[in-house]
Amino acid sequence: MQRFSALSLFRQGLSGHRGWRAQWRSPEPKAAYDALIIGAGGHGLGTAYYLAREHGMRNIAVLDRGWLGGGNTGRNTTIIRSNYLFDESAALYDHAVKLWEGLSQTLNYNVMFSPRGVLMLAHTVHDVQVFQRHIHANRLNGVDNEWLSAEEAKAYCPPIEIGRHLRYPVIGAALQRRGGTARHDAVAWGFARAADAMGVDIIENCAVTAIHRDAAGAVTGVETTRGTIRAPKVGVVAAGHTSVVMAMAGLRMPLESYPLQALVSEPVKPVFPCVVMSNTIHAYISQSDKGELVIGAGTDAYTSYSQRGGLHISSHTLEAICELFPMFRRMRMLRNWGGIVDVTPDRSPIIAKTSVPGLYVNSGWGTGGFKATPGSAHVFAWTMAKDEPHRINAPFTIERFRDGLLIDEAAAAAVAH
Amino acid sequence: MLLIPCPWCGLRPEIEFSYGGEANIARPADPAALTDEEWGAFLYLRTNPKGRHAERWRHANGCGRFFNAVRDTVSDFFETTTKPGELPPSGGKS
Ligand SMILES: Cc1cc2nc3c(=O)[nH]c(=O)nc-3n(C[C@H](O)[C@H](O)[C@H](O)COP(=O)(O)OP(=O)(O)OC[C@H]3O[C@@H](n4cnc5c(N)ncnc54)[C@H](O)[C@@H]3O)c2cc1C
Ligand SMILES: [Zn+2]
Repeated sequence: MQRFSALSLFRQGLSGHRGWRAQWRSPEPKAAYDALIIGAGGHGLGTAYYLAREHGMRNIAVLDRGWLGGGNTGRNTTIIRSNYLFDESAALYDHAVKLWEGLSQTLNYNVMFSPRGVLMLAHTVHDVQVFQRHIHANRLNGVDNEWLSAEEAKAYCPPIEIGRHLRYPVIGAALQRRGGTARHDAVAWGFARAADAMGVDIIENCAVTAIHRDAAGAVTGVETTRGTIRAPKVGVVAAGHTSVVMAMAGLRMPLESYPLQALVSEPVKPVFPCVVMSNTIHAYISQSDKGELVIGAGTDAYTSYSQRGGLHISSHTLEAICELFPMFRRMRMLRNWGGIVDVTPDRSPIIAKTSVPGLYVNSGWGTGGFKATPGSAHVFAWTMAKDEPHRINAPFTIERFRDGLLIDEAAAAAVAH
Repeated sequence: MLLIPCPWCGLRPEIEFSYGGEANIARPADPAALTDEEWGAFLYLRTNPKGRHAERWRHANGCGRFFNAVRDTVSDFFETTTKPGELPPSGGKS
């Protein structure tokens, strides 16, 4: 692996930047591996990276039906935070935030993690009470989160309109200063490059079409559009397509897939210092380093794999944005797209073994799994390598739906992203 | 926005409807007789197919009635919508 440093950049500059090599190989699939990961998004590539680095499993491959990072990893609004209500969630998401903090150094790849603060606006008395409850619960769990008055919120993020005339006036906000954003593609690319350097095969344009099992029911490999690949362990990290892949092993999942969309504006000079989220009026916004406003909308009302959302959903979000930030009313939107997100009934992920020996699943991240990428990958690699969950993902089973042990972030209303 | 054919009112815009999820999941007659496994499956496990999907809708801001539909979840095209109790014209389960 060519290491990146100020010196290597300088050297390459002298030769007109013609000496850079491909960042990862594009190998042919081998007939057999020790483990396979289905899905080369951030979570799948990260899982391969930690399997190789922390568990010494280097004869492994990551398969993707498209190109790496082309799923939700490359389509999300990149909000990172860990201010979730329940102890289980706070532990999981904060594990990820701690890994984000050192990820660029660990991977020798700039993932542009930017802890610029995530401000969640309260518009109703109910919001205030819910956020205060979150703040106290977070602090007990060692997760930073603090209450700001409307004036303090405006001082932190000057574009916000806090006038009382708004239909949903801003009456305060919760701020997680360690939260922020990262460069979505760079996360996939950084994990891919580092995993490849340890010998992991990343095989693109290779859709899994069946899961093979032996007489005892255990996994023996997969069928793909590029042939049969044998492996005693298979990890499914296929986001919106998890139900489809798990059905290949005869399993029904507590998941439904919905289109979720986002959009970006034309690029402008830096005007927006942090991330602002409003659950009540459903708008999320930050500014990328390229200058585009990055805006997240809601999911469609119905399940779909269409990978585009309804226009009325994004216009609703834009109306909310214009009301909260009147200075953006004349901005033009450049692009809008959708991703398919896999949603669980309690809005918490599933990172677990399954009833099929050798089959593992990491899914249900729904509208908000980017933030968890390194943490999720880290504990899932542990689960696959040791055939038992890490302490942090132990509560995130499929069986919690049988046992009534939901981790109900849906009801806790932290919602989304 | 989808145009959805309500079996009573005809084609109406999506925002008049609310989605009712997968169809043909009957509530068990005697819930107490179920194992935890079966009850959890009834409540939470879904087919979530990529392709033909039998599902329920309610014309919430129209006639207010529930109906069944078969929709392709890739194209979002509605194959049929039927009144409760009616079988889709293609017959059988989708
Ligand atoms: C518009 C939008 C905005 C979002 N905003 C945020 C946000 O602000 N913050 C946040 O934390 N999260 C956000 N999310 C959610 C986040 O993007 C996801 O939870 C996360 O990126 C999931 O990563 P992944 O690696 O599991 O999935 P993906 O990146 O989707 O990777 C799954 C891969 O599996 C592959 N695959 C599927 N089926 C097969 C098959 N049969 N064979 C082989 N490969 C297969 C796919 O091609 C895909 O590349 C957002 C999502 C969307 C769509
Ligand atoms: Zn009607």
